[in-house]
Amino acid sequence: MSGVPVLSLITAAPFVGALLIMFTARHRPGAVRGIAIGSTAVSLLLSLYVYAAYRPDQGGFQFYERYPLVPSLGVAVELGADGISILLILLTAIIIFTGAFASWTIRTRDQEFYALLLTLVTGVFGVFCALDLFVFFLFYELAVLPMYLLIGIWGTSAAVPPQGLFGWTFRATGVGSKEYAAMKLTLYLLLGSAFILVGIFVLYFQAGTASFSLLALQQAEFGPGVQRWVFLAFYVGFGVLAGIWPLHTWSPDGHASAPTAVSMLHAGVLMKLGAYGVVRIAMGLLPEAAAAWAPLMGTIATINIVYGALAAMAQSDLKYVVAYSSVSHMGIVMLGAATLTEAGLNGSVFQMFAHGIMTGLFFALVGLVYEKAHTREIGKMGGFGRRMPGIAAAFTLGALSSLGLPGLAGFVAELLTFLGAWQSAYRWWLFPAVAGTFLTAIYILRVARRIFWGPLAEGEYAHLGDAEGPEWVALVVLSVALILFGLAPVLALGPVDRATVALLDRLGILP
Amino acid sequence: MLKAYLLVAAAVFAIGLFGVLTRRNAVGILLGIELMFNAVNINLLAFARFGGGVAGWILALFTIAITVAEIAVGLAIVIVIFRVRRTVEADHLTLLRG
Amino acid sequence: MTLTALAALVVVLPFVAAVILGACPPLRRAGRPAAVVALAGSGLSLILAVRLVAELWGMVRTTLALGAGPPREVLLTIAWLPQAGPEPLASVGVLVDPLSTAMAALVALVAFLVQLYSLGYMAEQRPGSLGRYYLYHSLFVFSMLGLVFAPNFVQMFVFWELVGLCSYLLIGFYYQRPAAAAAAVKAFWVTKLGDVGFLIGIVLLWGATGLFAFPALARAVTALNPGFLALCMFLVYLGAVGKSAQFPLHVWLPDAMEGPTPVSALIHAATMVAAGVYLVERAYPLFLAAPAVLALMAWVGAFTALLAASLALVQTDIKRVLAYSTVSQLGYMMAALGGGAPLAGFFHLLTHGFFKALLFLAAGAVIHAVATNDMFRMGRLARGMPKTTAAFVIGAVALAGLPPFSGFFSKESVLAGVWEGGLYVPFVMLTLTVFLTAFYMFRVVFLTFGGPRQAEGDPHDPPAVMLGPMWVLTAGALAGGVLVAEWGGPSLAQFVAENVDATLPHGPWWLTPISVVLAVAGIVGAWLVYQREAVSAATLRREFGPLARAAERGYGLDAAYGALYRRVLLGTAGVIGWIDRYLVDGVVNLASAWTLRAGARLRTMQTGRAQDYLYGVAVGFLLLALLWGAW
Repeated sequence: MSGVPVLSLITAAPFVGALLIMFTARHRPGAVRGIAIGSTAVSLLLSLYVYAAYRPDQGGFQFYERYPLVPSLGVAVELGADGISILLILLTAIIIFTGAFASWTIRTRDQEFYALLLTLVTGVFGVFCALDLFVFFLFYELAVLPMYLLIGIWGTSAAVPPQGLFGWTFRATGVGSKEYAAMKLTLYLLLGSAFILVGIFVLYFQAGTASFSLLALQQAEFGPGVQRWVFLAFYVGFGVLAGIWPLHTWSPDGHASAPTAVSMLHAGVLMKLGAYGVVRIAMGLLPEAAAAWAPLMGTIATINIVYGALAAMAQSDLKYVVAYSSVSHMGIVMLGAATLTEAGLNGSVFQMFAHGIMTGLFFALVGLVYEKAHTREIGKMGGFGRRMPGIAAAFTLGALSSLGLPGLAGFVAELLTFLGAWQSAYRWWLFPAVAGTFLTAIYILRVARRIFWGPLAEGEYAHLGDAEGPEWVALVVLSVALILFGLAPVLALGPVDRATVALLDRLGILP
Repeated sequence: MLKAYLLVAAAVFAIGLFGVLTRRNAVGILLGIELMFNAVNINLLAFARFGGGVAGWILALFTIAITVAEIAVGLAIVIVIFRVRRTVEADHLTLLRG
Repeated sequence: MTLTALAALVVVLPFVAAVILGACPPLRRAGRPAAVVALAGSGLSLILAVRLVAELWGMVRTTLALGAGPPREVLLTIAWLPQAGPEPLASVGVLVDPLSTAMAALVALVAFLVQLYSLGYMAEQRPGSLGRYYLYHSLFVFSMLGLVFAPNFVQMFVFWELVGLCSYLLIGFYYQRPAAAAAAVKAFWVTKLGDVGFLIGIVLLWGATGLFAFPALARAVTALNPGFLALCMFLVYLGAVGKSAQFPLHVWLPDAMEGPTPVSALIHAATMVAAGVYLVERAYPLFLAAPAVLALMAWVGAFTALLAASLALVQTDIKRVLAYSTVSQLGYMMAALGGGAPLAGFFHLLTHGFFKALLFLAAGAVIHAVATNDMFRMGRLARGMPKTTAAFVIGAVALAGLPPFSGFFSKESVLAGVWEGGLYVPFVMLTLTVFLTAFYMFRVVFLTFGGPRQAEGDPHDPPAVMLGPMWVLTAGALAGGVLVAEWGGPSLAQFVAENVDATLPHGPWWLTPISVVLAVAGIVGAWLVYQREAVSAATLRREFGPLARAAERGYGLDAAYGALYRRVLLGTAGVIGWIDRYLVDGVVNLASAWTLRAGARLRTMQTGRAQDYLYGVAVGFLLLALLWGAW
C-alpha cells in the first residue's frame, strides 16, 4: 500500500462522511448513522493499518505526504506520523467510531449533529497528522469550533442556584446552562489558540526559513529569549486545552453539558490535542526553554493531579466527577512531559492514550446511565448493578483503570510517569502524583459503590435495563482496548519510545 | 481655476452634509446624500480636467451609475419603511438603539 | 518440559479459565459449567505445581547429597515495558525456586479445595451469580500464582494489586448488602494505602539501582546507602502491612468477612493475606541489609499478634473471631521474619494456610447449617454435625499449638526464632498470645459445638463435596509437622534454604514446656468458662470492664479512620470543591459578568438614530483633519 496517501484518507474520510450526510441523508436517520459509522470505520481501519505498518526500527515520521498550499508563504499540507502520532490517531479513530454508536439515540436534528461531529474529528485527525504549523493551526481551529454548536444545541443544562462568593455573577452569566458552558469553552479555547497563533508566527519569522514546516523549524536555532516567551505562549495556549490548573474550569462545565459523544471526544481526544501540542511543538521546537519551564509545568501538573482528585471527590453530579477526574489525569500527562525523562515522556504519551480510552468509556457509561435513570445525581442512584450488570462491569473496569490498577492501561502510564518523576530534577513530584492515585481510588470507588452497589430502589427504578444493541459497541470496544493495552503495553510503547527518545535527543538530555 | 471648482464642490458637500444631519425626513436625507455624491463628482471631473487623465472621467461615470442604483435602493427602503411604520421621520426610526 | 515453562503454565491455566469465563457470558451465566471451567483451571494448575515441587525436591536432594547440581533458581522473562537500549525497562516472567514452588503448591491446593467446597456452599446462588463467583475465583488464582512466581518488583506489584482487586470483588460479592459494599471498598482503600508506600518504595529502589528484579537487586544491595535502603525497605514493608493486615492497617480484614465464607478461607486466611509475608521472604536479602526495618517488623508483628488476639476474645461472630485470629497469626509470621527467622515464618505460613483454611471451611459448614454467624445462637452442634466438629476441633488444636499438630511445630519455631533474634519483649508478647489463642479458639469450640443448644432447625453435616476438601485440609493440619522431618529427603528448611545445614530455630529447652502449658491453660480456661460455666463469662467481662468495652469497639481504630475519612479527607475535598466553584471559577465568572455589565452601560451610547451616528462621523473626521493640520 505504499504510495497511497493513508494519512490524507484517514483525515478526509470523516469530512466526506459529513458532506454525504448533509447532502444525501435528509430525514433518513438510518442513512445518517450508516454513513457516520461507515466513514469512521474507514478511518479506524486505516489507522489500524498505519499502526501495524509503522516501522519502529526506522523511527521518525513515516507515511509522509506533501501538497503545496500557498507556496509564496511556504505553507503546505504536509502530513506524517511518528510513534506518538500513530497512537493518538488510533485513539481518535477508536473514540469517534464508538462515539458514533454512543450517539445512536440523538433525535433532534441528527443530520447536523453527525455532520458537525465528523467535521470536528477531521480537525483532530488533521492535527495529529499535520507537520506544517499553519495547517496544524487550521485543523486545530476546526477541531475546536464545532464544539460550540454541538454543546450549545444538543447539550443539557443543569440548574445551579446562585449562591456563595460572587453569587450574583451566576445569574448574569447563566452558570449551569448549556449556552454558558458552550460559550465558556469556546472563549477559553480561542484565547488559547490566540497564544498559539502568536507563537507560531514568531517562530516563522524568527527562523527565517520561509516555511511553516515542523521539520524545517526543527533545524532552526532560536535565541534563548525567543524560546522562553514562545514556549510560555505555547504552554498557556495548549495548556488551556489540556486543562492545566487554574485554566481548567471550562472543562467540567463543558463536559457536563455536552452530549455523550461530544464529551467522549472532548475529554478523550481534544484534551490530548493540548498535551500533544506541548510535547510536539513546544518541547520539540524549543528544547532549551523546555528545560527552563519544566519546573513550572511539573509543579502545576502535580497541583492538577491532587486538586482535580479532591475536587472530583466533592462533586455530587456524576458527569462532574468524571470531568474533574480528567483534570486530575491530564496532570499525569503534563507531569510525565515535564520530567524530561524517557520513562516520563513514554508515560505521558501512554497516559494520553489510556486516559482517552478510559474517559471515553466513562462518558459513554454516564450517558447510558443518564438515559436510563434520567438523573445524574449520585445521591439519587443506588443498586443499579442488579439491573445493569454490563454497565456496572464496564464502569468498574474504567474505575479500576482510572485508579491505576495493574493489568489495565492506566497503570502502565502512571508507573512510567512515577519512574520519570523520581528520575527528574524535582524528585518530590513523585509524592503528590502517587497520592493522587490513592485519592482517585477513594472517589471513584465511592461513586461506583453508590451507583451500582447496595439495594435498588425498586419503585423508582423498576424500568431500568442494561445496555442494548448499538450501545454495547462503545462498552465492549473500549473495555477490550483498556485490557489489551494494559496487559501488553509493548504494543504501544515500542513506537512511542522511538519518538520520545528522538525528542529527548533533540533536548540534549539523553547520553 | 481648479481651486474654484474645488470650492464649489466643498460647498455642495457641506450643504449635502448639513442636509443629511439636520433633515428629519428620510427623503430629505437621501437628497443630502445625493448632493454629497455630486460634490465628489465635481471633484473627480475637475481633477480629470486639470491633468488627472481619463481615470477621473471613468470614475465619475461609475459614481453616477452607483448613485442611481443607491438612490433606487434607498428610496425603495424608505417606501417599505413608510408602509410598515407609517412614518419616514428619521427620529422615529430607532431600531438600532442599544 | 522446562521448569520455567511448567511454572508459566501453572500461572496461565487459571488465566485461561478466567478469560473463557469473562469472554463467554452464556457459559458464565450457566453457573455449574462455569464452575467446571474454573475447577479445571485450578486443578490442572495444582497438578503441575505438585509436579514442579516434586522435580525441585529431587534436584535439591541430589544437590544436598552430592554438594552440586543444576541451579534451581531459574528465570524466564519477556519484555513488558520497553526502553532505549538492550535491556527492557521492566519484564514479566517466572522465577522458579523452592520458595516460590512451595508457596505455589499451597496456593493451588487451597484454591482447588475451596473451589470444590464452594460447589456445595454456593449451591443456592443463582446460576449467573455462581458464574461470576467462579470468574472472580479463577482471576484470583491466576493473580496469586503470578504474584508467587514474580521475578521482579513490578510484576509483584502488578499481581499484588490484582489479588487486591479480586479480594475487593469477592468481599463485595453480595453487592446488594450495604455492609458488604462498605467492607469491599474499605478493604481496597486500606490495602491501597499501604500500597502507596510499596509503590514509592519500588520507584525509589529503581531510582537508586535501575533494577526491579529480585536476584539482581539482592546483588546490588551492598552498593546502596544503608539509610536510603532502610527508607526504601520501610516503604516496601508498608505494602506488606496493608496486605498482611498488620497494625495499624489491620482494620479491613475483620470487615472482609462480609464475603462468602469460602472466599474468607482462600483469600483472607490462607493465601492473599500471606502475600505480605511472602513479599518479605522474597525480598529478604534486601531486608537483611536494613536491620532497623526488620526490628520494626518484629515489634509491629508481635504487637499485632497480641492486639488481634485480645480483639478475638470479645467477638460474637464466628468468622470475625477467625479473622482476628488470622491477623494475630500473620503477626507471628511477621515477627519471625523480623526476628531473623524467615524459614520459621514461612513454615508457619504453610501450616497456617492449612489449618486456618480448614477452620474457615468448617465454620462455613456451620454457618451453612444454622444460617447465622452469631456463636451465641449456635451451641451443641457436635451432636448434629460430628464430622464438622471433628475437623474444627483439629484445626483449633493445631492453631492453639498442641503437639503433634502442625501448628505446634511452626509456632515453636517462630517463638524460638524471635527469642534467638534477641527480641525479648516481642517474645513475651507472642508467648502471652499463645495463651490467648488457645482461649479464644476454644471459646469458639465450646460456644459452637458444646454448651446448651441454641440453634433452630436440624443442623447436620454438609454434603461430601464440602466435607472432602475439609478432610484433605484436616490431614494437612494434622501432619504438617512432617515438613520439618528429614525422611527420605531434605526438610522444609533445607529445601527452601537449599542448604544442608539449614534448620528451623529450636530455642532454649524451656520453650516447649512453657508454650504447651500456656496453650493447655487457655483450653482449660475456655472449658471452665464456656463449657462448665464454673466462672461466669459475665463476671469475667466485668473484671476486665474498660478493656473489654474498648476491645468491643476495636480500640477505637475504626472510629479514628472513619473520622479521618469523613472529617479530614471529605472536608478537604469539600473545601477544594468550594474553592474551585466559587473562587477559581468565580473569578472567571466575575470577569465575564463585569464584561456584560460594562456592555450594558455602554450600549446606551447607541441611540439608534442614524443622524447621531453621522454627527459622530462628521465630528470625528473634523477632529482628525484638525489634528492632521496641526501636525
